[in-house]
Amino acid sequence: MSTDRADDTSRGEKGDILLEMKDVKIDGFSDEMWHPIIKGVDLTLRRGEVLGLIGESGAGKSTLGLAAMGFARPGCKIHSGSIMFNGIDLMAATEDEKRELWGSRIAYVAQSAAASFNPAHRLIDQTVEATVGHGVNDAEDARSDAVELYESLQLPNPDMIGARYPHQVSGGQLQRVMTAMAMSPRPDLIIFDEPTTALDVTTQVEVLLSMREIVDRFHTAAIYITHDLAVVAQMADKIKVLRYGVEVEEAETDAMLEQPKEEYTRSLWSVRALEKPEVDSDDIILSVNNIHAAYGGSVKVLDDVSIKIPRGRTVAVVGESGSGKSTTARVLTGLLEPMSGSIEFNGEVLPAALRDRSKDQLRRIQMIYQMADTAMNPRHTVGEIIGRPLQFYHDLSASARHKRIVELLEMIELDESFIDRLPSELSGGQKQRVCIARALAADPEVIICDEVTSALDQIVQEGILKLLLRLQKELNITYLFITHDIAVVKAISDEIVVMFQGQVVEQGLKSEILAPPYPDYTKLLLSSVPEMDSGWLDEFVANRDAS
Amino acid sequence: MSDQESAYSAAGEVAQKRVRRSAFERAWIALKKAPFSAWFGLIVIICYAIVAIFAPLLSPYGEAQVFAKADAPWAMFGGLPEHVFGTDQIGRDILSRLIYGARNTIGIAILTTLLSFAIGGSLGLVAAINRSWLDQLLSRAVDVLMSIPSLIFALMLLSIFGSSISSLIIIIAVLDSTRVFRLTRSVAANVVVMDYVEAARLRGEGLGWVMRREILPNIMPPLVAEFGLRFSFVFLTIASLSFLGLGIQPPTADWGSMVRDGSRFIQFVAYDWTLALPSLLPAGAVALLTVAVNFMVDWFLHMTSGLRDEH
Repeated sequence: MSTDRADDTSRGEKGDILLEMKDVKIDGFSDEMWHPIIKGVDLTLRRGEVLGLIGESGAGKSTLGLAAMGFARPGCKIHSGSIMFNGIDLMAATEDEKRELWGSRIAYVAQSAAASFNPAHRLIDQTVEATVGHGVNDAEDARSDAVELYESLQLPNPDMIGARYPHQVSGGQLQRVMTAMAMSPRPDLIIFDEPTTALDVTTQVEVLLSMREIVDRFHTAAIYITHDLAVVAQMADKIKVLRYGVEVEEAETDAMLEQPKEEYTRSLWSVRALEKPEVDSDDIILSVNNIHAAYGGSVKVLDDVSIKIPRGRTVAVVGESGSGKSTTARVLTGLLEPMSGSIEFNGEVLPAALRDRSKDQLRRIQMIYQMADTAMNPRHTVGEIIGRPLQFYHDLSASARHKRIVELLEMIELDESFIDRLPSELSGGQKQRVCIARALAADPEVIICDEVTSALDQIVQEGILKLLLRLQKELNITYLFITHDIAVVKAISDEIVVMFQGQVVEQGLKSEILAPPYPDYTKLLLSSVPEMDSGWLDEFVANRDAS
Repeated sequence: MSDQESAYSAAGEVAQKRVRRSAFERAWIALKKAPFSAWFGLIVIICYAIVAIFAPLLSPYGEAQVFAKADAPWAMFGGLPEHVFGTDQIGRDILSRLIYGARNTIGIAILTTLLSFAIGGSLGLVAAINRSWLDQLLSRAVDVLMSIPSLIFALMLLSIFGSSISSLIIIIAVLDSTRVFRLTRSVAANVVVMDYVEAARLRGEGLGWVMRREILPNIMPPLVAEFGLRFSFVFLTIASLSFLGLGIQPPTADWGSMVRDGSRFIQFVAYDWTLALPSLLPAGAVALLTVAVNFMVDWFLHMTSGLRDEH
């Protein structure tokens, strides 16, 4: 990104140091004590430069990103160090001075656009609010500029879309409107905090592309926070890796990808190296036959879906959001009664409704959810969560139950000390492991995994996937694995089902599906997955434009 | 980096650290940070509780013991030294009646509030989980009950069923449970859609388990706060019913009827201000407890809402 199209050079030349943070230390307050979150990090950002900030959750990325604005979340305080932004000492600046900078010179793009917009105001009013409020531009100019920004961010109907409310546009569009909002006052610095994590791959590509284009055009400096190295590789000039609140290493993007100095950095993309050898099987344990389903009797979401799941294997269901993947899972579990079609389990027809299924039938099919946070009752301890299925299905006595809970905890690579923790005292990966243990406690034959790794960092994902593979080998469990992440599919599946708009596009062995010729949709899905190569996005655009 | 292992282990992932503390320690930490109003509320409530529980030990005379001198003023305003707050119109010791009144009024108010929470809470949970015709039926029934002014409705029902203590408790509890129903239903509706409730249903759990173990623990904070407020309202309702003569019946002592008995003198206050005391004393007792409970509720709500705005 080197085109020199300076629209406005009065604010300093590209290449000047814009932000300099030295030995920044940040403490967080929890449990009646201050704990260090950031333990002395230096950061230098020049004008027009994009810095990628990566690391697993809890590494302090977002805290550091916010500190670059001189802001600390409630319950955090910037303890020491210096933060110089454009010659202004943010550590010494008053709240009023900082507020003057925020939203005019420094902008912030949050992870969840849906949660960050006010649902009661039109998009364009929110886009220009900070610009007009800070007196950077008058309302009329700001509005026409916003329309131009919408256009350059490739939003459909740039003239009209501003008149809509946040719930009337899609997640990807909303994230782009948020980028326009950040760009509206032409800030010197934008902080992107995981802006594409919540989007599916095909949308992510579009959003990444427009973000990069616009940052490049106005040569705004940016800090891009993410846990996905492949994404940051497309955006950043240089990358800084954080762990436990300290810097692991910092390097130019290409250099880092080719030759990471630290073993830890390498482990950040390890999940992409995982690949399970596929095994064919004809022993069908669960088959879904010609299911038609709809919500509320009118909105049709599944159209003649048939899937066969072989015993002891993994079938991955892929497709973008809204393709009917999760609905298929709901039909399988009995939460949604299909309008027609049947489900056969071990050769027997399974009752369509949850209440008609016997306890034993329920026990054999277990489910693991995407958000482990909401899948566990926050008021129950780990022991209670894992112990309940043991008591409910197997009627174990208290001492036998305790023994089995410890066994299960060991199976998921945790130890006995976790037994009386609450979910809020676990990390994201540990939570998902406890959910796996809860499913295992029932001794199931089939486990439905609904996007179980998509909320997790790469390194934690790898751990969870390895655990699932090991459990499958040891216990001969069958997985139905719903995901939109092709790297995960490669890592875990034997067979793949591709879904699109409620229909099965393709079903077959992994090697068949992931090899050409592809149907159009499969092709788009596969090509949209970012690769660990800084030139990938350019190539993607070239290929797309060519076809 | 050197002192930290770089190999990945599931047990070693960074998670929120939390020191194990007993409920008592946690309560003490919270109290240490409590504002003055909360301390005030807590102390007042404890004093009332002690008075109510140990009423027979604390009161100088029996609840309905009649003495020769009726309408005696306070001892310090020229009354008899053995009756600190004087005697009422038929010669009962006002201090003793006040102490027994605490026991009766607060006891009945607590029983009523508990009953109204049992009714409203359980029906609210069922409605939130069920979400079908049953929800509609219950919600509309509650709308109908709420559309009638509750004091007038209570007066009517009490005239029909008679003013016994049990009918008083049941009638006020049923009328008040409508508010509890609405609150429970709305907060539970947010919890019912969580994945862990779905997980419990997929496991095949019955309604009782889902209500008690999955949902109830997660909606306790607003319910506890509401319990405090409801208690205040029930308490006031009982006092006002007694004032109107349909609440707790003599000779049982209670603050509402004491206010009514004392109010005969109010018109003469212009000539002798001490005449206001027999009715102001129980009225003040009602007011003080109501204020104290509200202070506690405010503090509790602030604590559980998780607001950490002030640094």
